[in-house]
Amino acid sequence: MALVELADLTIAFGGRPAVSGLSLRIERGDRFGIIGESGSGKSLTALAIAGLLPETATVSGEVQFDGVPLPADERALARMRGKRIGMVFQEPMTALNPLMRIGEQIEEAIALAELSEAAQTLLPGLLGEVGLEPGHAARFPHQLSGGQRQRAMIAMALVSQPELMIADEPTSALDVITQRTVLDLITEICTRRHMTLLFISHDIRAVAALCSRVGVMRAGKLVEQGDTEAVLGAPKADYTRRLLAASRMDRQAALIKPHDRPLLAVKNLSRVYQQAGFWFWRNPPLRAVDEVSFEIGAGECVALVGPSGCGKTTLARMIVGLDSASEGHMVLDGSPYRGRDLPPLLRAGLSLVFQDPFSSFDPRMSMGDSLAEPLHLLGRLSGEEQAARLREAVEAVGLETGMLKRYPHEFSGGQRQRLAIARALVTRPRLVVLDEPVSALDVSLRGEVLHLLSRLRAEHGLSYLIISHDLDMVAAMADRVLVMEKGRIVEEGTPEHLFAAPQHRLTRALMAARLPDVA
Amino acid sequence: MTWGAIRQHPSLYIGLIAAAAFALLGLISLWWTPYPIEQIAIARRFHGPMAEHWLGTDHLGRDMLSLVMSGTLTSFVVAALGVLIGVGLGVPMGLAAVAWGGALEWLVLRLSDLTFAFPAIVVAILIAALAGPGETNAIIAIGVFNIPVFARVARGGALAVATQDFVAAARLAGLGNWAIAVRHLLPNIMSLLIVQGTIQLSLGILAEAGLSYIGLGTQPPATSLGLMLRDAQSLFLIHPWLSVVPGLTIVFVVIALNIAGDGLRDAMDPRLRREGLAHGAG
Repeated sequence: MALVELADLTIAFGGRPAVSGLSLRIERGDRFGIIGESGSGKSLTALAIAGLLPETATVSGEVQFDGVPLPADERALARMRGKRIGMVFQEPMTALNPLMRIGEQIEEAIALAELSEAAQTLLPGLLGEVGLEPGHAARFPHQLSGGQRQRAMIAMALVSQPELMIADEPTSALDVITQRTVLDLITEICTRRHMTLLFISHDIRAVAALCSRVGVMRAGKLVEQGDTEAVLGAPKADYTRRLLAASRMDRQAALIKPHDRPLLAVKNLSRVYQQAGFWFWRNPPLRAVDEVSFEIGAGECVALVGPSGCGKTTLARMIVGLDSASEGHMVLDGSPYRGRDLPPLLRAGLSLVFQDPFSSFDPRMSMGDSLAEPLHLLGRLSGEEQAARLREAVEAVGLETGMLKRYPHEFSGGQRQRLAIARALVTRPRLVVLDEPVSALDVSLRGEVLHLLSRLRAEHGLSYLIISHDLDMVAAMADRVLVMEKGRIVEEGTPEHLFAAPQHRLTRALMAARLPDVA
Repeated sequence: MTWGAIRQHPSLYIGLIAAAAFALLGLISLWWTPYPIEQIAIARRFHGPMAEHWLGTDHLGRDMLSLVMSGTLTSFVVAALGVLIGVGLGVPMGLAAVAWGGALEWLVLRLSDLTFAFPAIVVAILIAALAGPGETNAIIAIGVFNIPVFARVARGGALAVATQDFVAAARLAGLGNWAIAVRHLLPNIMSLLIVQGTIQLSLGILAEAGLSYIGLGTQPPATSLGLMLRDAQSLFLIHPWLSVVPGLTIVFVVIALNIAGDGLRDAMDPRLRREGLAHGAG
């Protein structure tokens, strides 16, 4: 008998179906993965299994857990959830109570599972199982790293010895190295406890590495399901094939030869933050960026790689002039600057594409107005010239000028990122800084955007500085890679050399954390 | 904000209609009242509600309905001008605090702390001592009291907006602090300000009634709801009706504005809007 069985499940909001006609079986001991883009209804499916759908949802069809339909009574449902289902969410910071110590939160879960008398013996065991030290129990969530918080969440989910663990994008808020360790931990625990796993992700490679069976969802429908090897090895549905193709990043051929003359030179650049404290109890100042020097040639694509918090974003903010350096300076096209003092005309030669396409446009401003904003830097332009510049930029990214009258909420994530790139191009810059340009996008859109970027580079002779922790993307795009750790650049080289024979400990760790390619 | 949003929030619908009805009643009094409010007829005083005088007459024989209409107008005008002063000075202060930060932010916050320390009554007494009582006195006192309220609301909203990437993008586009505040921060906190404006309007009406009641606001022969209460106060035990009419009017206007304010907040807050779909994302 299947542990979870969904028959013809339909979930609708205000008449619009978000999930329609979904049937699937998860056998006891399976590791089942659901793959799908954002908005495909995969999280709703998981919530339906746990009986956690919002009240505004209208549900039809049947959800059976261990052969019995979900109890209608809220108390019985809560009891079943507490004892038999464990859940791990995407963002552990919001799923943990910020005012309670980790140990107390796990003990609360133990009390809810009616195992209070055993709390003293259970707690150390659970912490050990998820790879936390006993000392971590006394800490608050903000004193733990993202990976440690996710481990604490997993410990809480394990308390009641659940038969089913639901993990909803548990690693997409984490950086590559942590992502790999958390995925390994989930695999190990499921094997040891013979637990059934429902793993939800948009990352086809994470699902492939973890799950024995997969289902592919699109627009509320299950388009394909079966054994991982069968589905990903020989996909039947068109959509699965497209997803698979998108997850492979092909090397974007460099069509232009970089010049040797440096466009941007960064010289002994440091950014120092004074930390809180008093007198000589004061903590030593934090050197977010520490004596960094490098050059970017005209037409070159340089990638800056490192774990979260290594100072790569701070460095990018100084280069584009959002922040000023504490020591050292930069030289752009022969003119030195320290950051915010970048003069307007020089500023026009530089632009930045933000990570999150959803917050990089003013929701109250039409796309045309947002895109035209950087043209201020060029002094007064006539209306016609301004319109011509906009048309050129919008057509370069493959969209139409008619779209400029619309507002940001009318665009999808991929279109917004294209428009963000168009905004970056509108002043005809020579260097574009890309801060994680595709990490907020669904896997299926990443390939398109990267292809667009390399085409624009060839057409306009742009130089790129790509900031990322995604080695596959870097390997596909960059001519040269800089590896950064704790504010310093620790290794440098072409992607071929660097990834074939990594020298530094961090580069090796990043390489080891890469998820294996899908068949 | 669309008509659909209004239909989804019946409280907004009811509140706005009731508040608009009172405001309209006041506006009509500019051109027409059943009887002129200065017309004293001692012979007809202390009538209860009757066909000629729907709400009766007061201790000087004036028509109560005319007085209520005119008094409502005074209350609305005084409160609205007070809100206008608060918005006009407070919002730029709050935006400037966010856009420039540093010492200016400190100054704005300390200034609003200082103003908060003086209730509207104390400011009104101060102004009355300097310039004599009157409507202008009440407007300034309520306005001064509103400045820090709007400065704080604007600063709080703008702080949240300022962390978004599009503000950084505007900075990259070479926009100065002031341009960023006007083009990006202000439009994004507009809904917050409208909601706060409605609530301050109702507080302003209460404050005006209070100031007139203690004799620092509107002076006869003009009238306001607070002044009517003050006139009726000594006669409360004999003719309770004279206090009940202006008192209930104040209560209804304030309730209507508060309901409208709550409804506006529900309709405009994007976190509450489309709650069901938000869960489905991802």
